[in-house]
Amino acid sequence: MDENEQLKEHEKDRRDFLSCLGSAIACGAATVAASSVSSQATAATQETTAASQPPAIPGYDWSKHHWAFGVDAEKCIGCLRCVEACKRENNVSLDPHHFRTWVERNVLLEGEDNARIDSQHDPVNIAASTAEGEYRFANRYKDANVEKAFFVPKLCNHCTHPACVQVCPTGATYKTEDGVVLIDHTYCIGCQYCVQACPYGARFFNEEKGVTDKCTWCYHRITKGLQPACVEVCPVGARVFGDRNDKQSPISQFIQNNRVRVLRPETGNAPNVFYVGIDKDVT
Amino acid sequence: MDAIFHASPFTGYVYPNETVIPWTVLIVVYPYLTGLVAGAFTISSLYQVFGFQQLRPVAHFALLISLCCMLTVPLPLLLHLGHPERAFNAMITPHITSAFAIFGYAAAFYIILLVLETWFVFRPHIVHQAQQQTGVFAWFYRILSLGSNDVSEKAMRYDRKWLFALAIIGIPGAHGLHGYVGFVFGSLKSREWWSSDLMPVIFLFSAIISGTALVIVLYVLSCKLRKVSVDLACLKVMAYSLWGFMMFTLLIEGVEFASLVYRGREGIEVIMEFVKGPLVVPFFILQFGVGSVLPLAVITFLIWRGTGGTALILGITGSAILVLLAVLMMRYNVVIGGQEISKTAKGLLAYHPPFFGREGLLAAGIVLVVPMILLSVIVRIFPPWEEVTA
Repeated sequence: MDENEQLKEHEKDRRDFLSCLGSAIACGAATVAASSVSSQATAATQETTAASQPPAIPGYDWSKHHWAFGVDAEKCIGCLRCVEACKRENNVSLDPHHFRTWVERNVLLEGEDNARIDSQHDPVNIAASTAEGEYRFANRYKDANVEKAFFVPKLCNHCTHPACVQVCPTGATYKTEDGVVLIDHTYCIGCQYCVQACPYGARFFNEEKGVTDKCTWCYHRITKGLQPACVEVCPVGARVFGDRNDKQSPISQFIQNNRVRVLRPETGNAPNVFYVGIDKDVT
Repeated sequence: MDAIFHASPFTGYVYPNETVIPWTVLIVVYPYLTGLVAGAFTISSLYQVFGFQQLRPVAHFALLISLCCMLTVPLPLLLHLGHPERAFNAMITPHITSAFAIFGYAAAFYIILLVLETWFVFRPHIVHQAQQQTGVFAWFYRILSLGSNDVSEKAMRYDRKWLFALAIIGIPGAHGLHGYVGFVFGSLKSREWWSSDLMPVIFLFSAIISGTALVIVLYVLSCKLRKVSVDLACLKVMAYSLWGFMMFTLLIEGVEFASLVYRGREGIEVIMEFVKGPLVVPFFILQFGVGSVLPLAVITFLIWRGTGGTALILGITGSAILVLLAVLMMRYNVVIGGQEISKTAKGLLAYHPPFFGREGLLAAGIVLVVPMILLSVIVRIFPPWEEVTA
């Protein structure tokens, strides 16, 4: 099989998978709908009012996984390949105001107390990008006396107690058993209450579909044994993903071998993206 | 892409997704309307439940104002939703951990209560019209009477019992509904500007003053249109209520703001930057100065001098118009202001509402006019005026 054929085959598999996943999620939501009408009282006690039956993804059992994500800010070089890959993989609008993942640049200049932070939506960085869907950090500090600088990749934290899931009036956004927070785009009413509730700015409104959107850790890929697109393209291994149930997985090793921290622990959301190498200004 | 979303300019650092403001002027109008509902209902209840006889000329009118505003409340929400056709999902499969899931039920319950109360209040009128009118109108009123033509003293006593009960249930209903709207904002831990236990109380009391102010303005306007004299005793009681509730609202708002500043948690620098910069005109000048202090001073002056006649009517009505503006600005400063302060606590956004479009100023303005149009129709079907209903 030549490379083109392989690609086509891969595309076909992916389409089949996605359509299967779509039906599965829809079925899941329908189950939620039916069960929450019949047993509202019990639904109140369940934070994960998502499908009580796992979606029928061939060869995948969501009760056997516990996904988590790691970010090693020491390694990130701010190339933004992750941002570009995510946009393409997940069909995210290419403008610089809708991101499932983005990278922040923290720069502490000599004589200043707080770091200066910018990201892909900064007008200077937008101007430095030459094409739509291409993202660059402008070299704006070349003449400054930089004391310390680093990059921080950001994405949905897939919290254990997600505020977005708590506030969703319909249950369209839910926590899966394997630890991922998903949105059923066929059930979301587009009220954007979840966008407000997320303390990390991880959610946005998809104007074309009229629903909210966010990172899924590439659920369509991870349930097939693949890595999320951003992890796969990272040239320096700054993004780590895996199953915490598997003690040898990259993420288990990452958490075991590093002093990790999460963003805004005071919210009580209990994030599942673990960071290494970030500074006090990162929130 | 610019046509389907508006990215707001910012200073400092804000998250990239925050540049598209999620809740727009329609979500400013929505709590404003629910507030008017609660406030107008308060005036009606002061007469129905607590027997404030001076409020008799406006009691039924206030009930109709409350009803018309309530019927319009779903409109800004539906206009705002990405999928309005799925709005009932929240009622079919309510996700009851959501502060918003029960709103549909609470609103539906309250609309039914208002319709029932209106029916009982105007039942004598309906029966009378069903017997007097001819043709289509006779049929219309006959249907409205639901086959009950008994207006004997015994039946009226029975009706009054129902009215009293409905008005009593309506008090926690109306105020609960609006306090609940305050909770929708106050319970969010992601925004320091909203996250306050006092938010439901502030919403509630500002609601009462806005509803009272609306009843004052519309009552005076209706008297002018009907060419009858304004009942000064009634107007004075409403002005006193407005004064008292305003004092309390200002106090609570002051306490809330003082706590926010005094606690000085993370992000207070950027909040102070917001307060001293973009908030000066909408808050300090419009909401606080022109909309609150000025009408309070005017009403105080009128009471102190014992002013009467046209000067009293003009003074109170003018003050009420300013209060309506102040509460609208309060909703704007809470809803939009909260989103202009970034969740990063390191930056500010500047929201400039578009004029046209589904979530533009024009749409919001139309939503605010709808209850007035409804009211102008409904007062012809159910005349709430003293000289007609007495």
